[in-house]
Amino acid sequence: MTTPQTVPAPRESDGTSSHPQPPVLRIDALERHFAASGGGTVRAVDGVSITIGRGEVVGLVGESGSGKSTVGRCVVRLDEPTGGTVHINGTDVTHLSRRTLRPLRKDFHLVFQDPSSSLDPRMTIGQIIAEPIRLHRQARGEAVRTRVEQLLGQVGLRPEHADRHPHELSGGQRQRISIARALSCDPDLVVADEPTSALDVSVQASVLNLLADLQRDRGFGCLFITHDLAAVEYLADRIAVMYLGQIVEQAPTAELFAAPKHPYTQALLSAAPVPDPVEQRSRERIVLHGELPSPLDPPPGCRFHTRCPLATERCRTEVPVLRELPGGRQVSCHLVGDDGTAPDAAA
Amino acid sequence: MTTATQTLPTAPGATARKRATGGRLRALRRNRLALTGGVIAAVFVLAALLAPLIAPYDPAQPDFGNVLAEPSWAHWLGTDDLGRDQLSRIVYGSRASMQVGLVAVVLAFVIGVPLGLLAGYYGRLTDSVVSRLTDTMLAFPFLVLAVGLAAILGPSLTNATIAIGISQIPAVIRITRAETLRLKHVDYVGAAVVNGGGDTTVLFRHILPNATSALIVQATVGIPAAIIGEALLSFLGLGVQPPAPSLGVMLSGAQSFLAPAPWLAVFPGLAIVAATLAFNLLGDGLRDVLDPRGGTR
Amino acid sequence: MTEAVLAGAPGTTGEPVLSVRDLSVSFRSDTRTVHAVDGVSYDLRPGEVLAVVGESGCGKSVTSMAVMGLLPPTARVGGSIRLGGRELVGASEKELRKVRGKDIAMIFQEPMTSLNPVLTIGRQIGEVLRRHRGMSRKEARARAVELLDLVGIPAPQRRIEEYPHQLSGGMRQRVMIAIAVACDPAVLIADEPTTALDVTVQAGILEVLQSLRERLGTAIVLVTHDLGVVADAADRVLVMYAGRPVEQAPVHDLFGAARHPYTRGLLGAVLRPGGEGKRRLPEIPGLVPSLDSQPDACTFAPRCGRADDACTGGRPGFMSIAPEAGADAPHRAACWHPYGVDDRTGTESPATTGATDEPTVAARPDQEAGE
Repeated sequence: MTTPQTVPAPRESDGTSSHPQPPVLRIDALERHFAASGGGTVRAVDGVSITIGRGEVVGLVGESGSGKSTVGRCVVRLDEPTGGTVHINGTDVTHLSRRTLRPLRKDFHLVFQDPSSSLDPRMTIGQIIAEPIRLHRQARGEAVRTRVEQLLGQVGLRPEHADRHPHELSGGQRQRISIARALSCDPDLVVADEPTSALDVSVQASVLNLLADLQRDRGFGCLFITHDLAAVEYLADRIAVMYLGQIVEQAPTAELFAAPKHPYTQALLSAAPVPDPVEQRSRERIVLHGELPSPLDPPPGCRFHTRCPLATERCRTEVPVLRELPGGRQVSCHLVGDDGTAPDAAA
Repeated sequence: MTTATQTLPTAPGATARKRATGGRLRALRRNRLALTGGVIAAVFVLAALLAPLIAPYDPAQPDFGNVLAEPSWAHWLGTDDLGRDQLSRIVYGSRASMQVGLVAVVLAFVIGVPLGLLAGYYGRLTDSVVSRLTDTMLAFPFLVLAVGLAAILGPSLTNATIAIGISQIPAVIRITRAETLRLKHVDYVGAAVVNGGGDTTVLFRHILPNATSALIVQATVGIPAAIIGEALLSFLGLGVQPPAPSLGVMLSGAQSFLAPAPWLAVFPGLAIVAATLAFNLLGDGLRDVLDPRGGTR
Repeated sequence: MTEAVLAGAPGTTGEPVLSVRDLSVSFRSDTRTVHAVDGVSYDLRPGEVLAVVGESGCGKSVTSMAVMGLLPPTARVGGSIRLGGRELVGASEKELRKVRGKDIAMIFQEPMTSLNPVLTIGRQIGEVLRRHRGMSRKEARARAVELLDLVGIPAPQRRIEEYPHQLSGGMRQRVMIAIAVACDPAVLIADEPTTALDVTVQAGILEVLQSLRERLGTAIVLVTHDLGVVADAADRVLVMYAGRPVEQAPVHDLFGAARHPYTRGLLGAVLRPGGEGKRRLPEIPGLVPSLDSQPDACTFAPRCGRADDACTGGRPGFMSIAPEAGADAPHRAACWHPYGVDDRTGTESPATTGATDEPTVAARPDQEAGE
């Protein structure tokens, strides 16, 4: 069970080509601007487009302040987008009223980051998992309990856990409950917002394995939001990297890790320490200087130019567009050639 | 052997032990206080309910041959200027106290909790209207507001209850609204929305149950305040009308006899203090019990 | 007084500046006693970086708080902590206050809560210098600028006039480090110094710590759960599990040939970026035990694939793993059936690797290290 083995990607997805069915998620030019308290506009998310096919896992990676979690909250409409559209299963849900949206909510769900705050402390585990089932009338009476016990089994817990309260469980177990709740109505899309960040290393591994298993068995599409490039590598077919409210690079997972094109992606990959002293100490690390600019007043030109070791005059004035490159990759950087030749930020 | 841990009798260790014992004592005392509070509160409620069975005399029956009698075996707490039995009057008087204390608080909660939930959850115009109203009412001290309202409504026990209940609404709204605002942004409430829950589910299955701890604390402050409010209104003649007994009415009547018969003021006063304290202690205990995490921490 | 040895090359030999022996910390409440730390011993030499690693609840932070004398009064501390020849266990608060900030200093995970929001950076650094070093306002200011420069804060002249909220998380952590090393302490305890920071910022903080050890010869205890950080910065590693030490080794030995099954499990479960694509991660089955009891057994046994009656029947000593190297050998483990030297540290989990490898040490309790 626990031996390392290669898990074949469930459904190879080429990301952009036409699907017989509409994609489970299509985000187009999503914007989320807030009015700042001191005047001005915080551009938390500023023109993000992502498409997730059926059964596809897309990783959304970024550091704090990149706006990645806001994208997730906009998708499940816990936050209201101020521009752009969100389509789920082909339906535009951006402007649906809360009431009209409710029946559609069985098709998508969210796994929160912090398992200690995402489960109602006054409810039993059984009630927590059963809530979506009851609300969407997926089962009634005894069938609800059966369904809950099934779900508990699928996330590696015992039926008795249904009668416990969240505080009686460990962090990893609570995150399993959160996953069971998200899957209780068999959704087509799961948004996972840093589902492993609050967990210990060994628990992280088991939760990631669980998500991978369930995703393979049930084939839901998944938007996996994280700051941890290593975590997303195990699950994602494709990865989008965000910086200051925008996507700077998007590529199939293997390609992104093999040859990151955008200087920021390169810096992010090189900064994550490798748990191997020999390798780690011989690596060239790209140390980014300067600070993350405020989303209240993003830099002109390329948003990354203030910290980019390779920035040129053009980067300071001209906004780069997210361009398609060969191999299903997208990059927004002036320094990357149309044939995919990229500069090396470490040099 | 070598792995066995030894605790050296060092200074920090010693103080630690002392503190630990202190903590246990405190916890024990706290529970005992809550228990005592509960027992006293129960005695008052029972006395109020079973007054006709408990009271040894008719509280309104004067006995002019036995006026201003000192406490004795016949009259445990003495008699007043009309020879009425003090104990019986306190038992009947606590009826008024309990009625006002409980009914007024229930009234305040029935009106205040929904308004607080709405204001906190929907925000915008609802919130502005409710909050301005609350702020205006809160500008008056509770007792001043209660006296004013009672004066407008006219003197009677029912009107006193209504006046006190209304005076407590702003505090209930404020605490409910604050809790709602806090809980609205907690992840599990977000999860309820994503589950497909409507406003009813979110408000009554998730927000309200998790606000109960705070609301119980508010109630345990409200009940004693209402008891004191009743005493004050009756004292001022705006509540229970003599000859009907009430702790406030008794205090009011006792004023003229402070020198010859101090027990006339002391016993009703003690009754007010005991009832007030009892509910406060009970509330403290309840708050601990009602927290689902309380038992394991 | 501790003389800071300035020739702080990594792995310096010499007298330890900090020596912890059989440290135990327990917390007693009304209903139970929690044994948070149980039998931890280590030495720290000048210029050395010792990483204390483990998952939440393993006692790594409590150990550091005990060394700093910062535990709440409900804690019972046993064993010995010697800092430059001075015993800290049982020392009065007054004595500890003289030591803290001067001979030993600490930085925490969340720099914002440790900085006073209403005082300028310069004031906060200067305060320490004036208290411990008796510097004048002017001297302290000049030294503060030097210190900010040392921790890599650009434009220090301007920065010392700023308030904590004007700085980013990474800059605040640098300020915390500057305050911590203001009096040139012999030992710096860094408790999860980069956990709250983004990876691109983390790299800079690790570089600052590295330069401190090189330039000032500061010995550093790096408390972390992140094995990537350990691989980057540590000379030696102490792995803790459920309050007890399970393995201690030079960093290359630990990553290259971990002996304890828990260490192997942890190393296997850690995520490695690098184009391996989707694959199954090794897990450690089971849950961390409660700290209410101090069983006379290996606490990892219930989750360990190599466990047998020996493991449940007695607590393994924390001993040198290669008896021929003597009791002072740098590689120690608390295990009845440690992996052999030849077993490569791989990504296998202890639960599945069979007993193909014979334990190389017939562990005997009398070989207990740490006196």
